[in-house]
Amino acid sequence: MNDVEIHSRTQSGRVHAAGVAIKDLRKSYGSNEVLKGISLDVAPGEVVCLIGPSGSGKSTLLRCVNLLEQPNEGSIHVGGFDATDPDVDIDKMRRKVGMVFQQFNLFPHLNALRNCTIAQTKVLKRPQAEADKIARANLERVGLGHLADRFPDQLSGGQQQRVAIARALSMDPELMLFDEPTSALDPETVGDVLSVMRNLAKEGMTMLVVTHEMGFAREVADRVVFMDGGVVVEEGVAEHVISSPTQGRTKEFLRRVLDPTHIEIAE
Amino acid sequence: MAMTARQRARVSLYVQAGIFVVAVAALILATDWKTLTTNVFNFGKIGPMFPDIFFSGLKNTLIYTFLGFIVGLSGGLLLALMKLSSFPLYRWIATGYIEFFRGIPALLVFIAFGYGVPLAFGVQWNVAVVVMVSLGMVAAAYIAETLRAGLQAVPKGQMEAARSLGMPQWRAMVTIVIPQAFRIVLPPLTNEVILLTKDSSLIYVLGLTAAQYELTKFGRDGISSLGAGLTPLLVAGAFYLVVTIPLSLLARKFESRSARTKR
Repeated sequence: MNDVEIHSRTQSGRVHAAGVAIKDLRKSYGSNEVLKGISLDVAPGEVVCLIGPSGSGKSTLLRCVNLLEQPNEGSIHVGGFDATDPDVDIDKMRRKVGMVFQQFNLFPHLNALRNCTIAQTKVLKRPQAEADKIARANLERVGLGHLADRFPDQLSGGQQQRVAIARALSMDPELMLFDEPTSALDPETVGDVLSVMRNLAKEGMTMLVVTHEMGFAREVADRVVFMDGGVVVEEGVAEHVISSPTQGRTKEFLRRVLDPTHIEIAE
Repeated sequence: MAMTARQRARVSLYVQAGIFVVAVAALILATDWKTLTTNVFNFGKIGPMFPDIFFSGLKNTLIYTFLGFIVGLSGGLLLALMKLSSFPLYRWIATGYIEFFRGIPALLVFIAFGYGVPLAFGVQWNVAVVVMVSLGMVAAAYIAETLRAGLQAVPKGQMEAARSLGMPQWRAMVTIVIPQAFRIVLPPLTNEVILLTKDSSLIYVLGLTAAQYELTKFGRDGISSLGAGLTPLLVAGAFYLVVTIPLSLLARKFESRSARTKR
């Protein structure tokens, strides 16, 4: 899987798309085993949604892919990189992997444009003019070209999250990781962020998305993976897993999140 | 006869005002005004202090403070990073340094670098170097703790976001974390400068030439030369306030600004 790479066209031009291959991944915090042997493949250009209850390990799994968490056992291949090789150049690998956080994590001391250029100039060594151009194009792409001069605290949550997506896209990633990108948002701004993600998926970006948005998962994901208690309980075509799950735990989880009268407890 | 709450508050106010008036009156009566006007508030004789107090006293105080602050800030940043290092030896060294220099009087440090080091190594240090090193090393200990707190106050997500964009640890620290930490510590750092301004006076333990006098030494010199008693010291003290009060206002401004931009 690690050597599989396809090309697809996006608005910003020709990009590589990287696949992910995770095998027997284990991760513990002390005696608490959070991931109990996860295997999961994401093909280049594929969109996979990770769903599951709080504490099921889905965010930890996502964070292992770009090594924000160090796995204890197993292997992860991202594009041409063996992430679990101790000698891997983490920084070089991360340039290919965009990450979007639940809390946005925009740099508050930089305006939207600079948020999108800082890593381009400091990491990719692009000239400032080129970085500006790419950043503006990506802010345009997420519908925020007119707010390039705003600082994060002058933007709504949904706008901040879209800037965060533009920031990640400005590095020309081959894979995008989304860690509950809409969980911290006011309900009325969730739609804008999801529509940006939907467009990204259409353009052929490889995406691994931890989400509670079942509507989005059903519509956009090629595959849905249901995790519970640190294992993959069920996975398959989005429509099948969400509409006709086969496992009891999946049914129970979906019944609770899809039941409009059920009050969900935030993670 | 019971009083209402409003009556009680009024009585309390009268009592407080009464105590104040009595205290001030006692102070005025007990004061020896004749001696005081010749020895402390004798402003008629301080003319010769000007304009030298600007070009020697105030100038040197500002220079010494600035030198000490530069060393203190760079040393403090280094110590703060050491204290947060994953290498235990660095943490121990930094902790030891900070505890040592915060725990001894700054005066001893001035004596050590003014007399001890020249004796031990046979070198003769310029006064400015002694101030820079002494004040700087003491300041570094205090500033290190301030900066460490500031660095730790930057949310963990900032480092994660920077690393996710492919920045190496040092780059993320320099470009993302440290600039934000500095914003957080700007008010306490300004207070640090106020302390340094006052502590620069400790250089008086060394023999200084007139051109090297800072405010306090300049004032002490005036005591012996002007025949106005302690008045020159009072003037020197006023000049400290000219520096420290604006700094204090600046710190308050930084504070309200960071409170406003806090999310």
